[in-house]
Amino acid sequence: MTIETREARQPWILLSPSLVAITLLLVIPLLFIVVYSFWLRTATGADQAGFFLDNWNEALTDAFYRDILLYTLKIAAITTVACALLGYPAAYFIARSKGNKALLLLLLMLPFWISYIIRTMSWINILGVSGAINSILISLGIISEPIQMLYNQVTIVLGLVHFLLPFMILNIYVSLEGIDVTLEDAACSLGATRWQSFLEVTLPLSIAGLAAGGLLCFVLAAGTYITPVILGGPSDAMFANLVFEAIITQLDWPLGSALSLMLLAVLGALVLVYNHFLGMGQLMKGLGK
Amino acid sequence: MDNSKRYERLLERYNNGDLDRRSFLGLIGAAGLAYGVATPFAKQALAATEQVRFDGWGGVVSEAFRKYAFDPYTKKTGIKVVDGTFGSGDEYISRIKASQPGEYNIAHLSGVFDYARYNNLGLTSVLNEKNIPNLQFVIPKLTDVFRKVTDGTLSCVPYDYGTTGIAYNRKHISDEEAKKKGAKLLIDKELKGKLGAWGDWRTRIWYASLQTDQDPNNATDMDAVWNAIRTNRDLLLKYWSSGAELMSLLAEEEIYATEAWSGRVYALQEQGHDIGYLDPLNGFGWQECLFVIKDSPMEACEELLNFMLAPATSIAVAEGQNYPPALDPKKVDLGKKIPKLPAFDPTGTLDGLTFANPTYWNGHEQEWSKEFGRIQKGY
Repeated sequence: MTIETREARQPWILLSPSLVAITLLLVIPLLFIVVYSFWLRTATGADQAGFFLDNWNEALTDAFYRDILLYTLKIAAITTVACALLGYPAAYFIARSKGNKALLLLLLMLPFWISYIIRTMSWINILGVSGAINSILISLGIISEPIQMLYNQVTIVLGLVHFLLPFMILNIYVSLEGIDVTLEDAACSLGATRWQSFLEVTLPLSIAGLAAGGLLCFVLAAGTYITPVILGGPSDAMFANLVFEAIITQLDWPLGSALSLMLLAVLGALVLVYNHFLGMGQLMKGLGK
Repeated sequence: MDNSKRYERLLERYNNGDLDRRSFLGLIGAAGLAYGVATPFAKQALAATEQVRFDGWGGVVSEAFRKYAFDPYTKKTGIKVVDGTFGSGDEYISRIKASQPGEYNIAHLSGVFDYARYNNLGLTSVLNEKNIPNLQFVIPKLTDVFRKVTDGTLSCVPYDYGTTGIAYNRKHISDEEAKKKGAKLLIDKELKGKLGAWGDWRTRIWYASLQTDQDPNNATDMDAVWNAIRTNRDLLLKYWSSGAELMSLLAEEEIYATEAWSGRVYALQEQGHDIGYLDPLNGFGWQECLFVIKDSPMEACEELLNFMLAPATSIAVAEGQNYPPALDPKKVDLGKKIPKLPAFDPTGTLDGLTFANPTYWNGHEQEWSKEFGRIQKGY
């Protein structure tokens, strides 16, 4: 075996455990879901194997699913924008801080040590009728009756931002860390103000991290299930809740499969759009590669 | 048919000239390969018969089962009980659907309609009742409804019962007002933003039937039912999805009224919360059972069911979860706490409770669960 052949094989050998895992745990189950989406649920709850387009027809033509999908994308978009607006200054502060960077990064990672569900439920103790904010406002005499703050769209976005903000900050931080700070000084020495040097130099160079964080936040927010269940109001359901209902409550695995593939296709299309405008290479840059 | 018999038959067909030599050797080779592949797993499967898997709601119920039934059972039989939990009956049936035969054995399921669903999916077994002598203590009415579904046989033993009635905060709603309004309390416009509801299609349709003065087991005007569900939805703060969430919403005074599970309300009352509980006329009665899934080791399961039905176990579980046991109070002394539990029937006839008719509910399941899902989301 020549050195060239061995070198050509080496990446595949190294990649093979991951490829096997991805094939077994992702590709094959996904193929099962594709097959399931063409089956039918019978009245007794059992599945009828075959090739039926009924589920796809329902998923693609029923306005109910379209509306919930649009609502889901809207919530995901608002969450992503909020994460970007809140995350950029935080990431900038960490990247430019001296001495206590490790501590700040540790603080950023701290929420990951607590279960996502517990973190989401913590808002009930903060925003609830007898929660911290209402209790303080009442004890200060600012209000006499508690304000109803929970169980609406705002609390869903709040819960999602709480969950996703660290992902955004980390992506932007990695991107900012890769920028040579002397470039900003050079811009200033050429007459730019600090704000102009940020807008003209730092922001464009960190856009890859912002975009990578944005993509990650959007995809995770669009696929969320638990946040609307815990923090949403009576009509605040997102698309993943429909998939859950179809598969678990209605035992309609074929329709649930079609719906989950529909969400996958929409989010996949988003990644393709990202790839078209920024390229996946930018995503790698954003992740510090 | 065992493997030896299969090989003998193959050999007989080969000797008779029905199989050529190549096919015979090919089939023997394939059988050998299958044996080689299957044997390690067959060993595991055999070992699995030395244990029984039980799935339930967890918490105090599991603790009581462990102490009063599982440990004594293991001590007597040497069979280990693997104790699992699930969040909802719907979630569990999905797990069963995705499992291998024999993987799950006994489950603490709710409602007769779940029993009928399992039957429709071909997941029922047939219990040998002679192996469960403690079944004699169970209220006959509770077993009869299961027998009707499975042609006189049983795939489960009844275990406890309760109601889904109306819970209300006495600081804001008096007992008189709750009694006067009954199920219509949950569509009272004055309580907008202070009502909760369980996001379960059956419960919603049941209560909407009561709110529109219809028989919950035979509603004839479904448009009125859907409209009542919409009215209720528009007044809600939230659809709750678990007992813990229900208790939190009531205890924190986020909501003043909701339909609620009798045992959970009793637990709140025990904690000192001033929560009233009302079973309106034709309120939702239900029972839970210990269901044995098809392909389970039957004798081992039957023996375990007998331990679980023993009065000491049943009473301990009932006191833990605040739901009366399925034991007939005319045959068994149920102690001091159980007679105080909501929904408890001292006569053992359960004539005061209305149970769901499984034929009616399961016959509409596909259509109604989907329709409710849409209405719940604002449609």
